[in-house]
Amino acid sequence: MGKADSVFEVIGPIMIGPSSSHTAGAVRIGQIAGAILGEPVVKAVIYLHGSYALTGKGHGTDKALVAGLLGFGAADERISNSLEIAKEKGLLVKFRRVDLGDDYHPNTARLLLQSSLGTSFEITAISVGGGNISVIEINGLPITLSGEYYTLITIHKDQPGIVAQASEIIAKNKVNIATANVTRQRRGGLAAMAIEMDQALPLEAVKQLEKVAQIVRFIHPIY
Amino acid sequence: MNYRNIQDLIRLAEKQKKKIGEIVIAVEAEQKDMPPEKVREQMVKVWRVMQASIRRGLAKENRSVSGLSGGDAKLVTKTKPRFLSRRIIKAVAMALGVAEVNAAMGKIVACPTAGSCGIVPAALTEAASRLKLSEDDVILALFTAAGIGIVCSINASISGAEGGCQAECGVAAAMAAGALTELAGGTPKQVGYAVALCLSNMLGLVCDPVAGLVEVPCILRNAGALMQTFLAAELALAGVESRIPVDEVISAMDEVGKALPESLRETAQGGLANTPTGQRLCRDLPLD
Repeated sequence: MGKADSVFEVIGPIMIGPSSSHTAGAVRIGQIAGAILGEPVVKAVIYLHGSYALTGKGHGTDKALVAGLLGFGAADERISNSLEIAKEKGLLVKFRRVDLGDDYHPNTARLLLQSSLGTSFEITAISVGGGNISVIEINGLPITLSGEYYTLITIHKDQPGIVAQASEIIAKNKVNIATANVTRQRRGGLAAMAIEMDQALPLEAVKQLEKVAQIVRFIHPIY
Repeated sequence: MNYRNIQDLIRLAEKQKKKIGEIVIAVEAEQKDMPPEKVREQMVKVWRVMQASIRRGLAKENRSVSGLSGGDAKLVTKTKPRFLSRRIIKAVAMALGVAEVNAAMGKIVACPTAGSCGIVPAALTEAASRLKLSEDDVILALFTAAGIGIVCSINASISGAEGGCQAECGVAAAMAAGALTELAGGTPKQVGYAVALCLSNMLGLVCDPVAGLVEVPCILRNAGALMQTFLAAELALAGVESRIPVDEVISAMDEVGKALPESLRETAQGGLANTPTGQRLCRDLPLD
C-alpha cells in the first residue's frame, strides 16, 4: 500500500475480512474475471499460486474468488457462504494448487471459466495489496488491466489496423485514455489489447470492433 | 490547502482556530471536489459499520475459518478486572471482538488495515461513552484519526509487509491517540504529542503472523495497541511532551520499518511464526 490520498484509504475500505489482499482483492479478481467472461459462468477451475495456495484457505481466498464470480462485492456478507450459494446456483467450482514459478506474484489466481453459452476464458490475475488487483494474462496472452476504469479488451490476429480503429472510435466519442497496452504471441499470431478509459464507450462503437477482432469486451469500472 | 506532515496539521488548526479533524475534512472535500457534507456522510457510513462490527464482536464467539482464533473477546467481557478499570477492559473486549470478526470473515472497516481494524473503533466508542460525546464529535474525531493515518502513509508506511506491525497496529494506535486527545479537549500541539508518544512506544514492532494468517498474534496486538492509545492520550493531556518532534518520530518509524529483515515483515518466516509451535500450527492447518 502506498501513500494514501483520501481519508477513506486509511479509514476504509469497508470489507469482509480477514485480509485486503487475500480476501478483498480475491473478490475483485473474481468480479473482474466474471465481467471479462461477460456471460453467466457455469464452471470454474481456479488455480491458486504462492501465498494464495498456502494461506488461501485460512484467508477465505477460495470463498472470495467465487463470491466475485457470483457478482458479490468486497463488503458483501454472503462471501462466507459463497461456496454453498454457487452450488445452489449450479456453478461448478474446482480449486487446484499450482506452482507457476518464481516469475509470478505470490498472490496469483488463474481462473478457467466456462459460460452457459459455451464460451471459455483463462484469466490470470494478481492481488497487489490494499485490495487492488491487476489482470496479467487473458487466454495466455500478457495484458495489464486493473478493473478501476472503463476498459476495452480485444483479442485479435496481429495485423495492421486494429489499434488505429480502436483509437478512432475512442477519439470520435471524445473519451480520454488512462492507460493502453498491446501484446502479441508472435508476429502474425494472436494479440491482446487493453485500453483503460475515464469515460464509457457506446455499445455500438464497441460492436464495430467485432468485425476485426475475435474477442471484444468492454467492462465497466468495478469498485 | 494541503498537509504532508503533522506539523502542517497543527499549524493549520492553530492558524484557523479549528480542530485538526475540521482541517482534514476541508482538505478532503477540496481535493475530491465534493461538498464537505458529502464527505462527512461517507464517514457516518463507516462509523455505522464500525459500530456493527463491535456489536457482533461482543455478542457471540466469532471463530476463524482456520480455527486458530476466536472467543477471547467473550472471555474478556466476562472477567472481573483486577488491574484495569471496567471501562478499559470493556474497550479491550471491543478491540479483540472487532479483530475476531475480521478473522471470521465478518464485515469490518480497515483502519488503517484489516489486521489493525479493532483499535480505532474501540477507542472512539469508549471515548464517546466516557466523555458523553455526540455522534458529530465522533465523526469529526475519525477525520482527525484519518489525517494522522494519511501523514503516516506519506512519510512512513501503513503496511505490515513494508514496515512491520508498527505500521499497522502502531499507526492505528497513533491515529486513535490523536483523536482521543482532541476529543478530550487537547490542543493541536497535544494531539501531536499523543501521536509521537504513542508511536515511540510501538517503534520496532514486527509483523510475524503465524501461518501468514491475520490471527496470531494480530488479534491480541489490537488489544496491546489500544492500551498504548489510552496511555499516550493521558500522557499528552497531562502535559507530557515528546522530546522528539512527532514528524521525526514518524520518519524514525519509516527508517526502522525499512531496517526490519524481510522475515519480520508479514512473510510468516520469523518471530512468533517461526517458533516451534508457530510452525506446528502452520503445518496442521487444513489446506482443503
